[in-house]
Amino acid sequence: MRARNKAQIALTYFLLISLGLVFVFPFFWMISTALKPIEKTMSITPHLLVLPLQFKNFWKCLNYENFTFTVYARNTLYLCFLSVAGIVLSSSYVAYGFSRVRWKGRDALFLMTLSTMMIPFPVLMIPLYSLFRRYGWVGSFKPLWVPCFFGGAFSIFLLTQFFKTIPHELTEAAYVDGAGDFRIYWQIILPLAKPALLVVALFQFMGTWNDFLGPLIYLPDQSTFTLAVGLQFFQSQHGGTEWNLLMAASTLVILPVMILFFLTQKSFVEGIALTGLKG
Amino acid sequence: MTRGERQNLIKGLRFTFPWILGLLLFVLYPVLASLYYSLTNFNVFLKPVFIGLENYKNLFEDTLFWTTTSNTLFYAIIALPLSMVCALGIAILLNQPVKMRSVFRTIFFLPSLVPLVALAILWLWIFNGQYGILNFALRKILLPLGLDAPNWIGDPRFTKPALILMGLWGVGGSVVIYLAALQDVPAHLYEAAEIDGAGALVKFRHVTLPLISPVIYFNFVMGIIGTLQIFAVPYVMFQRGPANSTYFYSMYIYDNAFKYLKMGYASALAWIMFLLIFLLTLVATRISRSRIYYGGEQ
Repeated sequence: MRARNKAQIALTYFLLISLGLVFVFPFFWMISTALKPIEKTMSITPHLLVLPLQFKNFWKCLNYENFTFTVYARNTLYLCFLSVAGIVLSSSYVAYGFSRVRWKGRDALFLMTLSTMMIPFPVLMIPLYSLFRRYGWVGSFKPLWVPCFFGGAFSIFLLTQFFKTIPHELTEAAYVDGAGDFRIYWQIILPLAKPALLVVALFQFMGTWNDFLGPLIYLPDQSTFTLAVGLQFFQSQHGGTEWNLLMAASTLVILPVMILFFLTQKSFVEGIALTGLKG
Repeated sequence: MTRGERQNLIKGLRFTFPWILGLLLFVLYPVLASLYYSLTNFNVFLKPVFIGLENYKNLFEDTLFWTTTSNTLFYAIIALPLSMVCALGIAILLNQPVKMRSVFRTIFFLPSLVPLVALAILWLWIFNGQYGILNFALRKILLPLGLDAPNWIGDPRFTKPALILMGLWGVGGSVVIYLAALQDVPAHLYEAAEIDGAGALVKFRHVTLPLISPVIYFNFVMGIIGTLQIFAVPYVMFQRGPANSTYFYSMYIYDNAFKYLKMGYASALAWIMFLLIFLLTLVATRISRSRIYYGGEQ
């Protein structure tokens, strides 16, 4: 029994480490390519690492022909900021109504909210486009962030589940002292729900940072590109040639997300696990 | 309705009204409008012209509709079960009593954070026919056997397998969900099974699987919705791909709507997708109802 267990553990480590290497390798390869001079990327026998490292590739692609990283980054951050603010404020406000007040029709509306997550984006995309076109919003950032201020099904769901776990005794006292619901939401629930709010904010940030189809539809002008669309544009112009610059640009787009992950790792992983378990 | 009930209703609506508005404006209106557009000829500049079921009839004779549908279904049927099995497998490995579990978990999770456009470009480079690192490695193994490495980007037989393969790099999100579910399985159930003489497989089949079935169901439904809408990665990597082999359904909707400005036709296409997703979710829910174990709650 003992020996078998040992063999089992050894096999587990072997599998985990070899799979882990496979999972890490693409990252390594991306960064190593980003740090190579162009001739070295085009060799039939690949070089794992070429010295000296060409850090200037990163500088070069910050403002290269057809890839104005700084402009795209500013656009993306602007959108991320507004969508995160919108989603966190509106979804928490709405979730209060779904979790802390009992009213007729609440559960039906909540069920309906959940079922909207099933609707594929292509169904919504055409009427939304023609709606925003009528407002003259196409070409501006508004179609991508204004809807966030009305709440999102997923974040409302997540926050509702979380708010339900906050004991009523905590809000009861405030009621007795004559506090209104808005004050209870703002001064008691929100501070207690910080971990859940962080998860919602993170997911929204990632969603906006990654979104490709939305900006592709609404932002046709190069000066309004986000990083995702800008990177795709860069690849369509320089694809198949300057792989070192393409990898440097990709690294720059990935890096902020990775940094954010490492800063908030615990809530991030907990949040993901939560979505699955409560689902 | 008593006075208290009415007060609560008003209170509830006061808090949920932003979402009710959002639901009406950004979900309900578009869904209905899209259904109406699907019955019209519409190019966004002029008013839609009602043409009845014409768009839906045309679908059947449209070869690209069939190509994109079968591409998408093929991709979903292979990619979804494969990635679910891999994710569960990795989660089971991680659930063993290993040291540095959270380090491994992070390693498997990180790729799922990579923005799709960057992911597509990175793998385009790895799959590159001439200078790609993957084929360099594969040739070492395949050439002595008298085989050449596949042309992942130029050969229509290999473009979809390439997408499926790289999709596995992103299973980390599901791994985290499965791992959390596995860790929630109470240890005493395993102990009880062991006393009854159950081996590892029996324990997995009769203790683990039933207890994590809600999570499997969740991942499956989310997976259907996600894989059937695949867009960004093939769009960036291959566009339509050789012989339209990576022309997926969402790309066809996008092209019809925003390249050819056939918004009515694109809406009909979108509605077919909606119905398919709806039906598949319904079937999954039906099947799951008899197979899923929801603790003591329901």
